[in-house]
Amino acid sequence: MHETLLVQNIHSYYGKSHILFDVNFSVKKGETFCLMGRNGAGKTTTFKSIVMLVPPKEGKVIFNGKEINGLKPYHAARLGIGLVPEDRRIFGDLTVKDNLLLGTSSGRHGYWNLEQIYEYFPILLDYQDKPAGTMSGGEQQMLTIARTLMGNPEILLLDEPTEGLSPVMVKVLKDLVLKIKELGTTILLSEQNIKFCMAVADRVVIIDKGHIVYQADVASFRQDDDVKKKYLAV
Amino acid sequence: MTFEIFISQFFGGLSVAMLLFLVASGLTLIFGVAKVFNFAHGSFYMLGAYFSYQAISMFENFWIGAVAAALGAGLVGMLLEICFIRRIAGREEEGAFQILLTYAFILILDDAVKYIWGPAYKTISKPDSLAGSLDFGQVTIPTFNLFIIVLGLVIVVAAWYVLSRTKTGKIIQAASTDTQMVGMLGVNVSLVMSLVFGVATAMGGLAGAMAAPLRTVAPGSGVEVIIDSLIVVVIGGLGNFWGALFAALLIGEVNAFGILWMPQWASLLSFAVMIVVLIFKPKGLFSREKGRKKI
Ligand SMILES: Nc1ncnc2c1ncn2[C@@H]1O[C@H](COP(=O)(O)OP(=O)(O)OP(=O)(O)O)[C@@H](O)[C@H]1O
Ligand SMILES: [Mg+2]
Repeated sequence: MHETLLVQNIHSYYGKSHILFDVNFSVKKGETFCLMGRNGAGKTTTFKSIVMLVPPKEGKVIFNGKEINGLKPYHAARLGIGLVPEDRRIFGDLTVKDNLLLGTSSGRHGYWNLEQIYEYFPILLDYQDKPAGTMSGGEQQMLTIARTLMGNPEILLLDEPTEGLSPVMVKVLKDLVLKIKELGTTILLSEQNIKFCMAVADRVVIIDKGHIVYQADVASFRQDDDVKKKYLAV
Repeated sequence: MTFEIFISQFFGGLSVAMLLFLVASGLTLIFGVAKVFNFAHGSFYMLGAYFSYQAISMFENFWIGAVAAALGAGLVGMLLEICFIRRIAGREEEGAFQILLTYAFILILDDAVKYIWGPAYKTISKPDSLAGSLDFGQVTIPTFNLFIIVLGLVIVVAAWYVLSRTKTGKIIQAASTDTQMVGMLGVNVSLVMSLVFGVATAMGGLAGAMAAPLRTVAPGSGVEVIIDSLIVVVIGGLGNFWGALFAALLIGEVNAFGILWMPQWASLLSFAVMIVVLIFKPKGLFSREKGRKKI
């Protein structure tokens, strides 16, 4: 199968502190790939490195066969890498609709447009003219994902989407991820929620203290209770 | 005070307010979007006056002078953003660097102006078409002042339209809260920053050209303007565009009437207003500190 994203032996830093060590994995076209790890393991840093927000000092990020090191985050978005950040970062003073329209800045066209988004997220239609900051946390999480979808990314990077959501919202989110997957979008997900990961992912890697320590398909991950205990138990 | 004097001071204050708004709105826009405090913003006002002087002496047309002022100041502003200000963005010492860098711009631009046009004052006369005045019964108002008021209003409406009705405006608003996120959605944020700098400094330059017939064209005039603009921006709330409009009107009128009531103290009045505002609203009149998030 064709590889959409290759992360090749990257090392990333914040200033002088070395955070990612030789991180290496690849995401195939159409699959849902889950990056698991404890708090502070380096999941967010990996995502920021992929979109060049924290450009890796060593190693390569290859998207659709093209090396993207040295490009800016906005180039990554235009090429089709859509990041949904863990801290949501909606534009609270702008209306929900304006938030969604800003998502089209990638200049990419495809399945997702305002109509599709409103059909899939009726709550966003109800709120479309209200400031996004007036929505609840769970609704804001839906908005961040919807906003990135508006840019019709080829690969969707979801950074800990279930964090802080109620069980009901987690269920809604699971259906959404499965729907996006069904549409053929490649997904790279970071999670601490093992159940959620097993419900949606095809393959799993575990990152620990900035090192990739485990890689398997989801069927073997399901059986591997030792690994879960060793790297993911809190 | 008679009604006639009241009206004539009111219109005088309004035209000063509009000039002040042209400078202060750019200052507050740059701060809001780029988080840069551009101490040199007044220098673009000065540059505008000189560019206008130069163009008028070449083409003998006030309007060509005004266009030259806006374009010239905007270009210099963009150039300084691209060559210098952008380089210090995101550094840990950014705040201190900004002060040093923009302060250096003031000194360099002042000396450049003296070097090119000499230290002596220059004068620009009003365009012939606006040199007269209009009589409203007992009240006489200079046409040029009315023109400045109308121009200011046109710019206010245009700015409102761009900021709240266009995608560029939405991008500018979004960038002022989270530049990085805007970039991650595919917007070339550096380009937006340069444009904001260009437009803001062009408005400053235009103000300089418009004020030139009322004041004088002189090196150092930027510093006087930046102090008034600072007061306006602080009163209106740093980064708040509409706050700047309100505060410019307030300061313009306070000065216009203050000079009648207590001529010797008039120059202190703006500061007094600022202090009173800061006592009650430390972040400016239009700061928003509502806890809007419900999680
Ligand atoms: N801006 C920063 N400057 C310096 N160090 C940072 C910064 N952001 C994160 N770190 C450090 O980098 C390491 C990895 O952090 P990262 O945010 O990538 O972890 P994570 O796996 O996403 O954690 P979480 O589950 O809490 O989101 C942590 O030790 C963290 O303290
Ligand atoms: Mg994280």
